[in-house]
Amino acid sequence: MTTKRVRFTFPSELIKEPVIYKLGIDFEIVTNIRRADVRDSMGWVILELEGADDVIQKGLDWVSSTGVRVDPVGGDIIEG
Amino acid sequence: MPHVKCLRCRECGSEYPIEPLNACEYCFGPLEVEYDYESIAKAVSRKSISNGPDTMWRYHDFLPVEKESAVDISTGFTPLIHAKNLGNQLGLDNLYIKNDSVNPTYSFKDRPVSVTTTKALEFEFEVLACVSTGNLMGSVAAHGAKAGMKTMVFYPADLEQGKIQGAAVYGPTMVAVTGNYDHANRFCSELADNHRWAFVNINMRPFYAEGSKTLGYEVAEQLGWKAPDHCVVPGASGELHTKIWKGLQEFNDLGLIENLKTKMHLAQPEGCSPIVGAFETGAGHVTPVRPETIAKSLAIGNPAAGPYSLEVLRETKGTGVSAEENTIIDGIRLLAETEGIFTETAGGVVISSLKKLVEHGKIKKDEVTVAYVTGNGLKTMEAMGDFVTPIETTPDYETFQTALAAFQKM
Repeated sequence: MTTKRVRFTFPSELIKEPVIYKLGIDFEIVTNIRRADVRDSMGWVILELEGADDVIQKGLDWVSSTGVRVDPVGGDIIEG
Repeated sequence: MPHVKCLRCRECGSEYPIEPLNACEYCFGPLEVEYDYESIAKAVSRKSISNGPDTMWRYHDFLPVEKESAVDISTGFTPLIHAKNLGNQLGLDNLYIKNDSVNPTYSFKDRPVSVTTTKALEFEFEVLACVSTGNLMGSVAAHGAKAGMKTMVFYPADLEQGKIQGAAVYGPTMVAVTGNYDHANRFCSELADNHRWAFVNINMRPFYAEGSKTLGYEVAEQLGWKAPDHCVVPGASGELHTKIWKGLQEFNDLGLIENLKTKMHLAQPEGCSPIVGAFETGAGHVTPVRPETIAKSLAIGNPAAGPYSLEVLRETKGTGVSAEENTIIDGIRLLAETEGIFTETAGGVVISSLKKLVEHGKIKKDEVTVAYVTGNGLKTMEAMGDFVTPIETTPDYETFQTALAAFQKM
């Protein structure tokens, strides 16, 4: 089991989609929301995921495939 | 560390001890160093600072490290140049260039890395690390060498050879990560969790960020202990913008300068301008973008300090400006041709954005304006393209005269 901290950014058309719920139900990943801001134009959620390594990766690949952007919590770390 | 109190979460305010931590355990918000300003006020004066070394370490009382242990390769106290020629072209009487491209590894990154390396030694780390596409890797490698630390430099495998060699010369372990920018980004985020390394821009981030404050202090001191009316700052993660402002605020709060009314403008390239985009639309948060810009040192699509930079823009009545990609090289050449300063693409973004700010009436002719040039042009030669059209001649006088006449008619 491992934990992973991520940030999901939802475009406006996906704000009403229960992406986090499905991540928990379909992939059996424990989701723990720590901070969020959802508006009509976009929304973001910072959360911790807990599950098997490969399952978390599959879950995140699925989240990305829906059009939700997945990033590390601390933003981009590569600097010029 | 007499003047440091704790680390504090910028979001929920939770307090943490001074340790290599970068995120709040509760809300995962970023942590920031909190100081005991009463203690600093007792220790510093204009005179004590002026009597300090001609480096950024003259401001050691404002930095979260022991001064005795400073890993210093003579960073900082870089020239503030009254740019009369460029000012004439743009219609500004009091334009200054803060030329931070003359630091030891030719960029402002030496400031945060000097602080971070010092702190890494205090924490008794043996390995200094970073993930970078340019300026940061050279600076980390140089400071690691000076500190006698093992140094690991991670970079995307398709990075230009010049940048790789510019860091490799200092003797770090170079790690080329295959895949794209996002792969390297995520891989190194996870790596930092699994190794006891001082990753300068991950677990050491709260200390790293503080080094950039010295760019605010220096400008105020070099202007005769006055804050400028305007600062034009390049924007990548947004941290430089927020820390220059923090530096000016600290000087103002301690009475070292007075009447702080600086407008903190932010310059981003059009191909990667998430903070400026949020500013222009009035959004409350920054939407990540996929960078597509020639200004590689500003190509951060999901800026860690974006929301705080947005706050500084609004608090100071600054303006977020994006420079069109095809004006970046024009900005580089304009600065070079008027002031003899060759900057990298980020500097081109700043000069191009400065020009727009003047054209849009955001900066008035007599106002004191500082444009921050943070990296050397020799680092981004590939971006300049083939712009040289020499006079071609054989080594005889008549041919040369004919060629010169033809050239002058062009």
